[in-house]
Amino acid sequence: MANVLVVAETRGGELRSVALEVVTAARKAADASGGGEVHALVFGAPGTGAAVQDSLGRHGADLVVAVESAGLEHYDAESLAATTAERLRSGGYRAGFFAASAQGRDLAPRVAAALGVSLASDVTALELSGDALVVQHPVYVGKAIATLRLTGTPALASIRPGAVTAAEAARTPRLETAPPASDPASSRVRVREMLARGDAKLDLGEAPVIVAGGRGLRAAENFRLVEELAAAFGNAAVGATRAVTDDGWRPATDQIGQTGRMVNPNLYVAVGISGAIQHLAGMRTSGTIVAINRDKDAPIFKLADYGIVGDLFEIVPRLTEEIRKARSGG
Amino acid sequence: MKIAVCIKRVPDTEMRFAIAGDGKSLDQAGLKYDISDFDGYAVEVALRLTEKDGGEVAVICLGPDGVQETIRKAFSMGAARGVQLKADTVPFDGSAIAHALAAELRDGGYDLILFGRQSADAGNGTVGPMTAHLLGLPCVTAISHLELADGRGTAHRELEGSAESVEFPIPAVLTIDEGIARPRLPSLKGIMAAKKKTIDVRPAQLGEERLTVQSMALPPERAAGRIVGEGPDAVPELVRLLKTEAKVL
Ligand SMILES: Cc1cc2nc3c(=O)[nH]c(=O)nc-3n(C[C@H](O)[C@H](O)[C@H](O)COP(=O)(O)OP(=O)(O)OC[C@H]3O[C@@H](n4cnc5c(N)ncnc54)[C@H](O)[C@@H]3O)c2cc1C
Ligand SMILES: Nc1ncnc2c1ncn2[C@@H]1O[C@H](COP(=O)(O)O)[C@@H](O)[C@H]1O
Repeated sequence: MANVLVVAETRGGELRSVALEVVTAARKAADASGGGEVHALVFGAPGTGAAVQDSLGRHGADLVVAVESAGLEHYDAESLAATTAERLRSGGYRAGFFAASAQGRDLAPRVAAALGVSLASDVTALELSGDALVVQHPVYVGKAIATLRLTGTPALASIRPGAVTAAEAARTPRLETAPPASDPASSRVRVREMLARGDAKLDLGEAPVIVAGGRGLRAAENFRLVEELAAAFGNAAVGATRAVTDDGWRPATDQIGQTGRMVNPNLYVAVGISGAIQHLAGMRTSGTIVAINRDKDAPIFKLADYGIVGDLFEIVPRLTEEIRKARSGG
Repeated sequence: MKIAVCIKRVPDTEMRFAIAGDGKSLDQAGLKYDISDFDGYAVEVALRLTEKDGGEVAVICLGPDGVQETIRKAFSMGAARGVQLKADTVPFDGSAIAHALAAELRDGGYDLILFGRQSADAGNGTVGPMTAHLLGLPCVTAISHLELADGRGTAHRELEGSAESVEFPIPAVLTIDEGIARPRLPSLKGIMAAKKKTIDVRPAQLGEERLTVQSMALPPERAAGRIVGEGPDAVPELVRLLKTEAKVL
């Protein structure tokens, strides 16, 4: 019997999809250990706990612990780390799971250090096995996969977004509120402002489809083609290579690869991308990969499930049209 | 301004990888090593700050004697001092590494301590924030922009689909993300100067290792893909395959 604590990430008062993935992983681990409880810690402005309780329960949480304060509307690393560590310390948990999102990757190592335990970071699979947590973790920018063994209690892990599919395991969760272990107002690092980053489009880490463009597009304005194709899919985000973000055609946040975002959508469409190893490092785990390139020897075709050789300026508009038709049932 | 940069020596990921006979490490044959990519950016950030406001950059690298080559690379870019925390092997467990780095950094009097966002080999992204906690210093991770003024710093952090600007007091620990500064190439003068500099070597005071590699494998090969056709006429067939075979539409 192992009780597992998860940090269920919210933004703007709403659960992020990674939160449900992490709860799902915790439910499985607790069940496999002979039926422990899953407790979900949520942070936010007053009212957050009640708003996310049902959804967390539907995915297997037995208890929602809401830490609410006006100062927690935005992520506050020091306060969240102190509160999470305190809960793990006093709650007798066997394990603590985080999302390996921007927030979770910031938070989890702080919690581990505060508790004096180690952390398995960015794992793609995990299993409690006797006195150890055994995990899979991509190493060498995805060119190898390590099986790691973590000892110590609580066993902490952060789970790569998209690695676990959120599943339902309905519970009627209890709701409890708790104060933060440290006042966000006394944190040394302060958020001064949120910076605008385009429109509120789908995030690369969450989009089921990604249409990514490379230098083959030749100019910033031609990214219109990529955006139109993404819009035709209806559930797609736009990504780019470093060649493109370096030239300022797209913001740096769109970069996919070794030094950009790691993504694994169901469908990845690479438009005018050669397939440099550093780019592949960020998208090779995608479900289905489509490549459009005029060079039949481009390395991207070695990875792609489906390829079309030819001029993207002719192919992409046609693809946009056909996808629109397919989606409207035509 | 006194800045320390923690740098890691990692295999060049462009190389062809094979798993060694022990089933849990890389076959060393033909591997080339270099500074981990984000750590190169961190060295560049540190050099720019000291060039502007004065001060000195020290680099710290934990590992076997081979890491001296990586420290010399940082010298050739312009780092003034280098420390090797000597260990026969580099543990996988970030907390074991953080323990040793914190012991070295604790009384160093650094204004800033810089790390990469994550290493190119282990890819944990844990050593920086763990070291910060051990030192009791404020920490901002994965920053893409940095400004310092009057003993305080401002940094930008990219979040998924948004970004924030944060303010922090100095001394602080920062981990460096893409987009902040491309590392300079070593200059000839720098390479000559690097040869004359000495590296301080001290035994690494590693923390307990609780996260260990059990086995390592290459990722499953993707089945060879297929070229559906040439030009726009191939599009309908592609869409059909996406619908009926890949089932992603
Ligand atoms: C340390 C390091 C880290 C890096 N990190 C990253 C990273 O995170 N992400 C990343 O993406 N890169 C990264 N890079 C850069 C990487 O090595 C490549 O330079 C980059 O990915 C190339 O981008 P590209 O495919 O857009 O451009 P190119 O390699 O120039 O490819 C353009 C492609 O477009 C095709 N094309 C041109 N015109 C047309 C047309 N009309 N129709 C169809 N096809 C056309 C060409 O045939 C070509 O294959 C990194 C490099 C280093 C050294
Ligand atoms: N052996 C090491 N020596 C010096 N610095 C290191 C070492 N390992 C990790 N680091 C630093 O910690 C960062 C994050 O590493 P990691 O937690 O392994 O992803 C790296 O980018 C380096 O700045």
